[in-house]
Amino acid sequence: MTDTTSIAPTPTAAPQLPSDGPVTAPIPTPGHKPEQNSIFAHARYIAAENPVTGLAFALFALIALCALIGPYIVPHDPLASDTAAALQAPTWKHWFGTDQLGRDIFSRVVVATRLDFIIAVTSVALVFAMGGFAGIAAGYFGGWTDRIVSRVSDTIMAFPLFVLAMGIVAALGNTVTNIVIATAIINFPLYVRVARAEANVRREAGFVQAARLSGNGDFRILLGHILPNIMPIMMVQISLTMGYAILNAAGLSFIGLGVKPPTPEWGIMVAEGAANIISGEWWIALFPGAALMVAVFTFNLLGDGLRDLVDPQRRT
Amino acid sequence: MLTTIGKRLLTVIPTLIGVVIVTFLLTRVLPGDPAVYFAGPAATPDSIAEIRKGLGLDKPLPEQFVRYVGDLSHGNFGNSLSTGRPVATEITSRLPASAELTLLGLIVSLAIAVPLGILAAVKQGSWIDHTCRVVATAGVSLPVFFTGLLLVYVFYYQLGWAPAPVGRLDAFVTAPPTITGFYLFDSLLTGNLESFWSSLSQLILPVMTLAIFSLAPIARMTRASMLAVLASEFVRTARASGLDTRTVIITYAFRNAMLPVVTTLGMVFSFLLGANVLVEKVFAWPGIGSYAVEALLQSDFAPVQGFVLTMAVLYVALNLLIDILYGVIDPRVRLEG
Repeated sequence: MTDTTSIAPTPTAAPQLPSDGPVTAPIPTPGHKPEQNSIFAHARYIAAENPVTGLAFALFALIALCALIGPYIVPHDPLASDTAAALQAPTWKHWFGTDQLGRDIFSRVVVATRLDFIIAVTSVALVFAMGGFAGIAAGYFGGWTDRIVSRVSDTIMAFPLFVLAMGIVAALGNTVTNIVIATAIINFPLYVRVARAEANVRREAGFVQAARLSGNGDFRILLGHILPNIMPIMMVQISLTMGYAILNAAGLSFIGLGVKPPTPEWGIMVAEGAANIISGEWWIALFPGAALMVAVFTFNLLGDGLRDLVDPQRRT
Repeated sequence: MLTTIGKRLLTVIPTLIGVVIVTFLLTRVLPGDPAVYFAGPAATPDSIAEIRKGLGLDKPLPEQFVRYVGDLSHGNFGNSLSTGRPVATEITSRLPASAELTLLGLIVSLAIAVPLGILAAVKQGSWIDHTCRVVATAGVSLPVFFTGLLLVYVFYYQLGWAPAPVGRLDAFVTAPPTITGFYLFDSLLTGNLESFWSSLSQLILPVMTLAIFSLAPIARMTRASMLAVLASEFVRTARASGLDTRTVIITYAFRNAMLPVVTTLGMVFSFLLGANVLVEKVFAWPGIGSYAVEALLQSDFAPVQGFVLTMAVLYVALNLLIDILYGVIDPRVRLEG
């Protein structure tokens, strides 16, 4: 999505990385020793070549950590209200201040990471399974499969996506599960398009024909031979749509769908602070909004970094 | 040219059929019985069954679908459960508010993003280029409702430059008579300067919010396609022939670079129409988005269905318009048709 990669002040003469396989000749950095573990060498290479991608990985680790252990490390109970301490600006006791009910916003923002992360991850996993499979099947078989999949995908694309998500949540019922489903459905065409194009190219490739000649069925070829080959490009897609999934889910909960108060969730927390903005209590909406922004930003940068790794030709 | 447009119009038909089927299915097939909604919380199984019959929900699905399409063709979107008013009238009366906001947002966004993208491409690697990149990255990462709230805080609470976010007009200012439904036009046409300034000042923040949001894809696309065009041979030839930079950039490169930008407008509209809902909620804007949100929270399905359908039809129409525009600015497309 973004072309932040070239912000990096590194000289452009850095050697291009092969799209797969171990790194054989990383940039000779001072103090560099040949690494035993090629994955670490690879990661170091990426971080060294592009600090922005390195930053994205660090932020991602932070978000994942918050999602994992957030509820155990926060200083206050995210649901405990204390009306005596309501609407306090940030202090040493409450780093991000307190909301209308005196709840600690810092704790709520950290605890909310898990829910937002789970919503984004499950919806992306769901659309990866549905869209990825429909897409490779359409690209591989062509014909009617292709026509049906493309028609479904075109029909979804005929709607403004957020509007369709609203309609789906309204029809299925106002729950978090349905937000996940709606987010998955509106991302469906993106996955179908990528998977279809990639599978179509490989349909008559040598390794596919070899697999077919050795007696593999279509299903086995699709899952065992084509899918692993398009995984790198799908990973990029996953990372790019994670940010969009988080934004979409937060937007839906901002208008009051899905997550119910008092559950901490970034979108609904911004909505709770919206009324206080005009009376000057900025911290209630600012911190969850900023958390949301950082999360989306991280996934976008990560997607860019991964794309550069997987497909050096598409560098911006 | 006319045959091209005609052919393109034909491709709209299957899309529209798909859209109508989806909006129909959203209520009828999926769980969540409309009859239960209509009957209200105190309903008995008998009264629900009666309402089912009254709504025609006991008929087989294909028959219901025919009925639904029949209603639509008469402009009947059903009635809102909470207000009892026909959805179609409500949407028509609220649509201009949303349209005014979205279109102005797009215009402002184009007015900033296109020059920014061009400058970034012409002066590649300069501070303008970096600004463009930062703006584009921030733009896609900022939740639109959050940007709106930030703007309200800074420009209303801190600086006091903008009015309170209370809708299309300040309190006590009378709305201009409806001619186009766009307050800016209507107030000018009737010479009502007070409501013109009031509606303009109310528009600024939501329009800026939408513009910041849609800036990113346009600026990125302009920059990328401008870079590609500037590297092409006809630009080199033009330069080699001694044309001045201005002519090369504006007459030669710009026109060609605009083609991919026009194509991205379709995607931008998809984002804008969705973002509109959130912006309307933040600024208490009386458009169709906030209408749908209110209805949604009360499980009042007819307005939501009408809203989704209206938005989809608008979006299909906009895409059609973009394709036709594409044909107008690119003669090659016309020749193929």
